[in-house]
Parts: sequence; structure tokens; C-alpha cells
Amino acid sequence: MSGGSNWSEDVLRAMQAREIATVCTIPDGGLTQLLRLIEASGSARLVTLTTEEEGVGIATGCWLAGARAMLAMQSSGVGNCINALGLPAAFRAPCLLLVTMRGQWGEFNPWQVPMGQAVRPALEAVGVKCYLVDKPEEVGETFAAAADFAFNSRVSAAVLISQRVIGAKGFGQK
Amino acid sequence: MTKRPDKSSNRIKRRPFMADLLSRRGTALVVPGLGSPTWDCFAAGDHAEYLYFWGGMGLAVPTALGVALSQPGRRVLCVTGDGEMLMGIGSLAVVADQAPDNLAILVLDNESFGETGRQRGLTSNRVDIAAVAKAFGLRQTRTITEQGAVAELAEFLFKGAGPVLAVAKIAISDDPWRLPEKDGATIAYRFRTALGLEQG
Repeated sequence: MSGGSNWSEDVLRAMQAREIATVCTIPDGGLTQLLRLIEASGSARLVTLTTEEEGVGIATGCWLAGARAMLAMQSSGVGNCINALGLPAAFRAPCLLLVTMRGQWGEFNPWQVPMGQAVRPALEAVGVKCYLVDKPEEVGETFAAAADFAFNSRVSAAVLISQRVIGAKGFGQK
Repeated sequence: MTKRPDKSSNRIKRRPFMADLLSRRGTALVVPGLGSPTWDCFAAGDHAEYLYFWGGMGLAVPTALGVALSQPGRRVLCVTGDGEMLMGIGSLAVVADQAPDNLAILVLDNESFGETGRQRGLTSNRVDIAAVAKAFGLRQTRTITEQGAVAELAEFLFKGAGPVLAVAKIAISDDPWRLPEKDGATIAYRFRTALGLEQG
């Protein structure tokens, strides 16, 4: 966190303004504060998943039935979603993804690198519009723009929050 | 490839069974998974309240869960097969955790991958989907082996408190192709119009 900007609070406000009532998630360290805020606010239902692709189905079902939902996950979860993202594409339904990146800025763990590097090309290959943010003060407005783009244009969009915003996990090493 | 013979324990004929069941659905919304569940529902009579799938294997239950959570006043029936249910088996844990009382799941279990050449499925040996669903914590589960159980099954799926899951042991059968609209945007628009979400 830098410059006094709290991106989790900004995202929560943008979610509330857009009546996003369901957040499907496999948690990530970078999402800790946002998930806590969502739970504390009571403004959205948290749906804990067993694998991220379930969230694509749930969010699509919510929209088909008249409610807005989103997914929040780590970049490694994006790989689990690729085939599933064909579902909202076929239904011409929006699917909004919030992704905290690994395998990127200052990564410590080599196992995170292949999927982390593949996130954007893989999402773009299945037609998901990607917004990469690397400044905390820009997360809120980028999320708001991606949400409006997705729900108004009925396409899928992903906000990719850089490790630069979250800070690389150090595993106690220097 | 040699066609596997039908097992005597799987007697239920899927098309008349589904037609009978769906005639008792009342105002329930129906989410049939890809392949035969979609063909069976369409063959029983086309409705805007049927959200047909032509792909997305494993996603019928999660999608039906999203519909159920967003339409708490409507009963939602997800119809899927044994292969698709096992591909997305973890979604039953999510269903149990969210516990929507308006969601029912019917697994048409022919113990094979019927759409791709009747290759052997995992439920033909030891796997018991109803037992898995019960262990995950769904409110009630049952396995149906008789064609005549439809009236009782309809009560279970459409009337009682959910989430519930039933497995129907169906015969492998040669049914004529009955293919509904395949444009997903059209299916979605029709479904949303039926819910009053689009002008129509």
C-alpha cells in the first residue's frame, strides 16, 4: 500500500455502486483485506469455491437470473477458468474477474511463473478484455471501468492487479 | 468400437421418464447440462424456462446454483449426467455450503459417456454420486432405479426443502437426436425474457 490509497476499499465502493451482490472466490493473500471488507459490509455474498471455474458458472448463472456477480482469485486460478469462460461467451453474458498476480513483479517462487506469465495471453485468447493495474491508486477506477464495460457491453473482463501493488511474497527470505 | 450391453440394473428409459418428470415441474426453472440432458428436456417440449447447454462440461450445477441464488422465489432443477457431475463434483461442496433451499439436482446416470461412444463411466464400478453428495452435506439425496418412481421423485425435487440430489439409474438407449436452439445468446435472451429481465 502506498500514498495512503487503499485499493480494497476503493474496489468495495465500486462494487457497491454497481450492485455486485455475489463474490465467488478461491482466496489469495493479496485479496485478504478485500474479502474481509466484503464480509464485514454484508453488501455481497461470498461464495467459496473448490476450483475457480465453478465461479465462472455461478457468476454466469447469477447474471442470467438477474443479479451481478464476480470472481476474485489468484493468477494461478485463471488457468482453471479458460474452458469455462466459453460459457459466458456463448451466452453473451458478462463475467467479471479480479485477479491478484503472481509469477511476475519480484516473484520468489518459480512455480508461479509459467501461469503468471500466461494469464494475459490466455485470457485474451478466449476473448476476455484485460486491464493490468500496477498503481494502488488506480485499482478502484480500473475496476469500475472493467465492471461497467463487462455488464453494459455483456462481455467478460479481467482486472489484473500487479504484484507491484500487492508486494511480492517473501517466504521469510531476503 | 463394440457397444456395451445395457445392464439389467439400469432400467429407466430416459425420454419418457424425463417427459413425465418435467410435466410435473410447475414453475421450476430447468438447467440441463450439455448433451443428452439438454436433448431430453427439449424432446419433452421446448420452454423458455429451459436454459439449454451445448458445452461447458461440469458447469451445469454451478450455473444452476447461480440461478437459484439469484431467484430465491423460484425452484431450480439442474439435470446433468454422471460424467458431467463427476467432472464438477466439487461444485456439490459449494452447493452444500451455500445451501439454497430452492435448488434440486437430478443426475441421469447411465454409467457411461453416452455422447462420445458409450465408453465406461466411473459410476459403473464403485463410485456412488448420491453418497458423495450426502457426505458433502446436501440436505437429502436418493437413488431411483424404477421408471414408476416419477411421482415421488417430482415431490422430492420440486416440493421439499433443498438442496437435494437424486441419481436416476437410466438405461443406455438409442434415442433420436432432438436438438434445440444452439445460439447461446438466443437461449439466454429467451430465458431472461421469461424472468422479466428483458423486453422480449
